[in-house]
Amino acid sequence: MTFIDDTLTVFRRQWRLSMRNPAWVLIALMQPVLYLALFGPLLTRLPAGVLSGGASAGTGGGGTAAAYKFFVPGLLIQLGLFGSTFVGFAIISDWRSGVIERFRVTPVSRLAIMAGRVLRDVVVLVVQAVILVLVGTAFGLRAPVTAVLVSLGFIVLVALGLASVSYATALALKSEDAFAPLVNSVVVPLMLLSGIMLPMTLGPGWLQGIARVSPFRYIIDAMREAFTGTYGGTIMLEGVAVAVGLAIACMWLGSRAFLRENT
Amino acid sequence: MPIIEAKGLARTFTSRKRGGRPNAVHAVRGIDITVADGEIVGFLGPNGAGKTTTLRMLTTLLTPTAGTATIAGADLLRDPVGVRRRTGYVPQAIGQTQGGTDNQCKVTEELLDQAALYRIGKDEARARAELLIGQLDLGGLGDRLVKTLSGGQRRRLEIALGLVHRPPLVFLDEPSTGLDPQSRSNLWGHIRGLRDGLGTTVFLTTHYLEEADALCDRVFIIDHGVIVADGTPDELKRRISGDVVSLRVNGDAGKARELLARQPVVRDVAATGDGESGDNRDGDGGALRLTVFHGAEALPSLLRVLDDAGITMTSINLSRPTLDDVFLTMTGRSLRDDSPSAAQPADAHPAEAQLAENGSDRG
Ligand SMILES: Nc1ncnc2c1ncn2[C@@H]1O[C@H](COP(=O)(O)OP(=O)(O)OP(=O)(O)O)[C@@H](O)[C@H]1O
Ligand SMILES: [Mg+2]
Repeated sequence: MTFIDDTLTVFRRQWRLSMRNPAWVLIALMQPVLYLALFGPLLTRLPAGVLSGGASAGTGGGGTAAAYKFFVPGLLIQLGLFGSTFVGFAIISDWRSGVIERFRVTPVSRLAIMAGRVLRDVVVLVVQAVILVLVGTAFGLRAPVTAVLVSLGFIVLVALGLASVSYATALALKSEDAFAPLVNSVVVPLMLLSGIMLPMTLGPGWLQGIARVSPFRYIIDAMREAFTGTYGGTIMLEGVAVAVGLAIACMWLGSRAFLRENT
Repeated sequence: MPIIEAKGLARTFTSRKRGGRPNAVHAVRGIDITVADGEIVGFLGPNGAGKTTTLRMLTTLLTPTAGTATIAGADLLRDPVGVRRRTGYVPQAIGQTQGGTDNQCKVTEELLDQAALYRIGKDEARARAELLIGQLDLGGLGDRLVKTLSGGQRRRLEIALGLVHRPPLVFLDEPSTGLDPQSRSNLWGHIRGLRDGLGTTVFLTTHYLEEADALCDRVFIIDHGVIVADGTPDELKRRISGDVVSLRVNGDAGKARELLARQPVVRDVAATGDGESGDNRDGDGGALRLTVFHGAEALPSLLRVLDDAGITMTSINLSRPTLDDVFLTMTGRSLRDDSPSAAQPADAHPAEAQLAENGSDRG
């Protein structure tokens, strides 16, 4: 199918460009790794049961194992959230250099111009997530391989949707100065409401109520549940439903906006 | 059947300032363009005339607010992909967006990627990339990152990108901006070669009138979004019907102008001055430009008129009209006058050089 061929053509180009400076892939990991090294140890001292509030109660006692089973899924989502919403910056400079218009006058599917980039971002994020899990393991994370695979699946869904919206928004704004504050004002509250650092169940009722609107809240809970070795519960079902719904809605919105952007 | 047939093409930009009323810019106001297969056509006009906007409409980048067009057999609005498949486009290097190359790409990679976008097979793409690298004097630069290229080398790469798929029709937006004289004449040779060898139709914009004169079979002159003239360069020059006499007087240029305008052989008198400020319309700069029937025969009588009035001259020059004169007559200004900041050639043709000289010895 031509759309897939076109997407792969764009993907290959973008991948080659990313690999020209592979250091960036690692530099983007600095932040979560620092959290892992400098914040994670704080969680290992929490009394047993505090961290299992959001997920199923079966985690048992506190300590290192519980702390990292709680914390690494949070960091994975944080990585996905930041990694995919900031991709829009690159398309602004591609627009400015004329690369976007150059692609638009070729017979290549215009949607593939975005899809190839999103695919590249997803692959980069999966690589980063795997590295993060390995680093987490070095710190004391013990997670079943299935849980890691399920988490990667969630990361892929999150990245597909958010990267699409990011590209479409950035291309509509065509200005880094407008895009940066917009992204921050969306991503930071979403992150805080998702319970990445501490379980939302520690919060007062009103905060827990607000947190219900953050889709990442459900996704994180499902990932944490997976890390404890449970895959069939309602929490997992909710998480999958939210992740798939979010991905589809965002990709739909993103591609519509991207195609409309014709000037 | 013509390869480009555009009717009533128009584009209005509406920008909304915060708190203000919507502000409409009529960039192109309903133009008709017909280009025959295999023609090399020049699109001339001062900065902001609507050239780029027209090209972006014809290449499906911008939806026209009115009008229709058939491009290489495909309908612009109903079959944009058909248009894209059969046309090449080299965008303007300076503007809202740049020429379309990525700093982090290597020269050969850009050409191969471009070929892949047109679904050209790998081996064929490699062969074409090599050929274009040779033809556009990019030899030895294949493995260089785009960001390390000089401005002119980068421009030649951008031109090569527009030609990879050997389109029957190619749009070049100011292709020769930033090229040195040798690269420019090399480009002209290449464009002629495309037409003669492959039958390619070329539609190019330029600010260099000598380029249009030397290269183009036909030119369109656009001003304020309207086509004000079209024809072969010779036709346009003949349309001025007369020769150009440029002269400089000592003292009362206003009076000289009045006197000369009364002569039956004089079709038109314009004060040229230094061409930059608008305050020399009355000829206080002393430089006048006359359009005269049968210039050679008329010259003695004109000299006598001025002599009788006691007006002396510092210089006089008789020439056949150039495209710049056509431009001046059609748009009321010389191409060079419009924007001192725009990239303009230092090696312009004699009429322009003379204007520049006039300006400097007064200042
Ligand atoms: N996106 C836009 N929004 C608002 N106005 C625009 C836009 N693009 C172009 N214009 C206006 O439309 C007019 C025509 O612009 P265009 O770029 O077509 O000129 P041009 O003939 O190519 O000039 P130049 O020789 O400087 O390249 C200008 O007045 C310009 O300011
Ligand atoms: Mg232009």
